[in-house]
Amino acid sequence: MKRIYMDNAATTAISPAAMQAVQQAWEVYGNPSSLHGAGREAFFLLDKARADVASALGAEKNEIFFTSGGSESDNWAIIGAAKLMQKKGKNEIISTAIEHHAVLHTLNALEKEGFKVILLPVSAEGYVTAEQVENAITENTALVTVMMANNEIGTIQPVSEIGAVCRSKGVLFHTDAVQAVGHIPVNVKEMNIDMLSLSGHKFHGPKGVGALYVRKGIRLPNLINGGAQESGRRAGTENLPSICGMAAALTEAIENMEKNTAKIVPLRDKLINGLTAVERTRLNGGRENRVPNNVSVCFEGIEGESLLLWLDAKGICASSGSACTSGSLDPSHVLLAIGLIHEIAHGSLRLSLSEHTTEEEVDYVLEVVPGIVKYLREMSPVWEKIVKEEK
Amino acid sequence: MIYSEKVMDHFQNPRNVGKIEDADGVGEVGNAKCGDIMKIYLKVDDNGIITDVKFNTYGCASAIATSSMATELIKGKSVDDALQLSNKAVVEALDGLPPVKVHCSVLAEEAVRAAVADYYQRKGIEKEIPGCSGNCSCCHLHDEHCGGDEE
Repeated sequence: MKRIYMDNAATTAISPAAMQAVQQAWEVYGNPSSLHGAGREAFFLLDKARADVASALGAEKNEIFFTSGGSESDNWAIIGAAKLMQKKGKNEIISTAIEHHAVLHTLNALEKEGFKVILLPVSAEGYVTAEQVENAITENTALVTVMMANNEIGTIQPVSEIGAVCRSKGVLFHTDAVQAVGHIPVNVKEMNIDMLSLSGHKFHGPKGVGALYVRKGIRLPNLINGGAQESGRRAGTENLPSICGMAAALTEAIENMEKNTAKIVPLRDKLINGLTAVERTRLNGGRENRVPNNVSVCFEGIEGESLLLWLDAKGICASSGSACTSGSLDPSHVLLAIGLIHEIAHGSLRLSLSEHTTEEEVDYVLEVVPGIVKYLREMSPVWEKIVKEEK
Repeated sequence: MIYSEKVMDHFQNPRNVGKIEDADGVGEVGNAKCGDIMKIYLKVDDNGIITDVKFNTYGCASAIATSSMATELIKGKSVDDALQLSNKAVVEALDGLPPVKVHCSVLAEEAVRAAVADYYQRKGIEKEIPGCSGNCSCCHLHDEHCGGDEE
């Protein structure tokens, strides 16, 4: 059976260009910190990768710090900024209810240390506004952290406007852009971003590598003490192959962004229209300001894990925000934050596309999903009640 | 998380799915808020033997598989035997469940008891049902989780 991969928000296939960059870098075995020829060879690769990532974000080379991925970047930026501002007597952090757990759980940890965390609610369509952020900022605000694009429902937040508010109020602004970089245009200077997290494997780069952009002049505390790597702020010999693979993938993603978007958006919209044509099915997140690759819907009367496993049996890889797939009894905090009741949030399905997704694949998904939904609804006492109440 | 082959078999080919219109006992447990509801229908003959059993379940793969297995285990048995069905027996018959899914087997056990309790009630027979009120809205594990914040 041919596999149809529609879980690109979870991770992506590594691109041939990224793979090639990884392999080339493996052959360069020198330590970038060494002064000899082998070291210099490695240093030049590292330096080029840093320049490529910087240029992709509209940043300077010395503002890019390589990390192990999005979660590390989020942790470092948030905890670092909190500690930095604590010294100035500021102890409030503003964020949103729909952040990734890498942000939310970091904020929980800071809360336990005495920080005050304000999670702004989002609209039913899944957006926060710059006005909400502005109204929440006080003289004690240490940091604002708002994701650029949501990983579950694909909504793109007004980061530029939020950044402008923060800049004018003199408050640090971090954005978790893991789902955005390589998919939508990002420019840290134009968008007034102080810190930005990204992850290599979300845009066809390798897993286990990411970066944190930190605007020049912000002196984040060191994450790992040791050698002089990453300006001494994150010591340890660099993971050169992965870094080079990520840089190559990012360069490629940005070069092809316009072309890819033009290809993916019609497929996404075909999926959204086809799936929401199933009765009692809703789209999660607004249609406008949505990343090109995200489809998120809820089918009433069924539970997401059952749907996922049936899709898997039909060769389709997807994801769900249902409780059962998260290993807890609560459905996704994002779906609850947009106002869905538990019963409906349990029936969620996320399909995330890539430029490799074909129309045939979309048609196959649209052919298969309604049948599975119908089958699961037929055995569902919840659906039975919904139908009875309708009559 | 990996399910056993038995679980996947009972999930993909569930036994005894459906409803019994003229059932002698019906039991429903669980809570849609928690993500699983099981409803079991019993047909019982004059000797107290379960001659037919059907289920409807809203929930994850293990909820469907445990419902299916529970109905298989009580089919042809007496209602009193059905009362003895333990969640452990269901888990064992399925070659195990991931730890986070064990509550589904508890739900299956309770669904069977609720159906038997309903059978006795319809018959007008006083019968003490162990560990089940006959109208449980949430299994024990769910109680802890859902208790107090019902909408």
